[in-house]
Amino acid sequence: MPKYVIIGNSAGAIGAAEAIREVDPQGSLTIVSEEPHPAYSRPLISEFLCAERTLEKMLFRPQSFYQKHRVEARLGQKALRLDLERRQVEMEGGDKLSWEKLLLATGGTPIVPPTPGTDKKGVFTFTTLADAEALKAFLPGVRRAVVIGGGLIGMSVTEALRKCEVQVTVVELLDRVLGAIMDEPGSRMMEKRLREHDVNLCTGLTVKEVLGQPKKQDQVGSVTLSDDRNLPCDALVIAIGVRPRTQLATGTAIKVNRGIVVDARMATSVSGVYACGDVAEAYDYIQGEARLTPIWPNAHVGGLVAGRNMAGKETAYPGGTNANSLKYFGLPVASAGLVNPPEGNGYQSLTAYTEDSYKKVVLKGNRIVGLVLLGDIQKSGLLFGVMREGLDVSSFKEHLLSDSFGLSHLPEAVRRSRLEGKPVLTVGAR
Amino acid sequence: MACRLCEVACLVEHSRSRDLMKAYKREKPRAVARIRVEELGPLSFAMSCRHCEEPSCVRACLTGALSKDPETGIVSIDAEKCMGCWTCILFCPHGSIVPDVERGVAAKCDFCPHLETPACIAICPNRALLLAEEKTHA
Repeated sequence: MPKYVIIGNSAGAIGAAEAIREVDPQGSLTIVSEEPHPAYSRPLISEFLCAERTLEKMLFRPQSFYQKHRVEARLGQKALRLDLERRQVEMEGGDKLSWEKLLLATGGTPIVPPTPGTDKKGVFTFTTLADAEALKAFLPGVRRAVVIGGGLIGMSVTEALRKCEVQVTVVELLDRVLGAIMDEPGSRMMEKRLREHDVNLCTGLTVKEVLGQPKKQDQVGSVTLSDDRNLPCDALVIAIGVRPRTQLATGTAIKVNRGIVVDARMATSVSGVYACGDVAEAYDYIQGEARLTPIWPNAHVGGLVAGRNMAGKETAYPGGTNANSLKYFGLPVASAGLVNPPEGNGYQSLTAYTEDSYKKVVLKGNRIVGLVLLGDIQKSGLLFGVMREGLDVSSFKEHLLSDSFGLSHLPEAVRRSRLEGKPVLTVGAR
Repeated sequence: MACRLCEVACLVEHSRSRDLMKAYKREKPRAVARIRVEELGPLSFAMSCRHCEEPSCVRACLTGALSKDPETGIVSIDAEKCMGCWTCILFCPHGSIVPDVERGVAAKCDFCPHLETPACIAICPNRALLLAEEKTHA
């Protein structure tokens, strides 16, 4: 009976555990996670911070999940090293876990810049429940906060802090917020919404030093920006991104580039070892190459594919691209693929504005390669489906951004396959 | 024929009162229909969730609010767990998930658990909407 070991306990790990059990109800299955909690939804830690949700309401799967899937959950336990020869995970405390199939679903670690003073009390990152718990415990007495980074995590912690009536300044290195997932008009629309909610924005700037309080030097009192401005604050949240948590693989025979390199089966360069999620570099069908796309849905699908292959059911990863849909301060924001195409090179952008919404479709030739929607996002799925399939849009291009765009505009064969609920295959998978 | 009675029946069935007039005129927030009729020239059809074999929405859901019942195959949403991020809407290629903006949760076809026959099918005057059970390999 095969022995499966999964290191990690989030979107990818859960997808893999479910897939393994689909195929193999018997083999022993162990999940190892440093975090003590059952799998929870990371995007919900902002709602936890502002007390809108308890852990119970954040659980990614029902309480009975581990028991029902016969998973030995070693939660709150740390994997220290991999012994690839003996096929064993060495655990903190000396335990050794043998595997026949191993999945590395270790996720990402927040990047903390080497800025002087980030070791002070009152400096936080914001990717785990423990981060949110620590910040929440610190909040009484916090009147002003600085958030470094205007990306997804920065926006989400900013919104939660505003709900707690904390004054927030966002410091972003780029000249606009959400630079990685939005184009300029999209970012401006978000910035307008942020200002309406009294968020102070400092774009094109960085924090060059974190200073202590006059009487408590070890506790955050202010930050100095790259333009020498000094911003007093009681708390600082660093949200400039995550890097793959590759430590277990680094220095072993497992090939690591920026993330762990995997093939279409989510297998690493070492037989029997798989990887998925934020730690892995998997195929992006828009960029046409393997790269990091650290988003929850791709982690979950990657885990599912890895799990099926680990259990012996040959399955190919359909490819995944960067695709996000979120809502900040009541403004829905969705984007996918290439949102800021290079000038020229055969790219064409179609745009549509109304007073409170903005839509953009990026085309290369007659195929959609990127999407941006703010405000009214109702059509995002139809458009993203067309993009994933790499459909030639020349016969319905003028309808793409209209409010009435629907399946009726698609070629008959495609419409029929949608009505029959057939799976939408990505460009790369064909 | 694009009468849109299915949209009406769906909305009413998912309202609190399940009463046509109250559902449309009094209830706030108003319920949302989880089926939509598309019409283009001579073409018209109703579209709702296909309860896909490999549902992209379930795979994409950030909170675990969406799930597919292994027994019935029904894809359903737990409104308690939904955070209203609309990731499922982005990932559904059928455009079959509806943002219930006022409640801040995603809404979709649930096969009308309180009815023997889903409301849209029962009301369709042309018998264009049908319910067929299918056995899958699982």
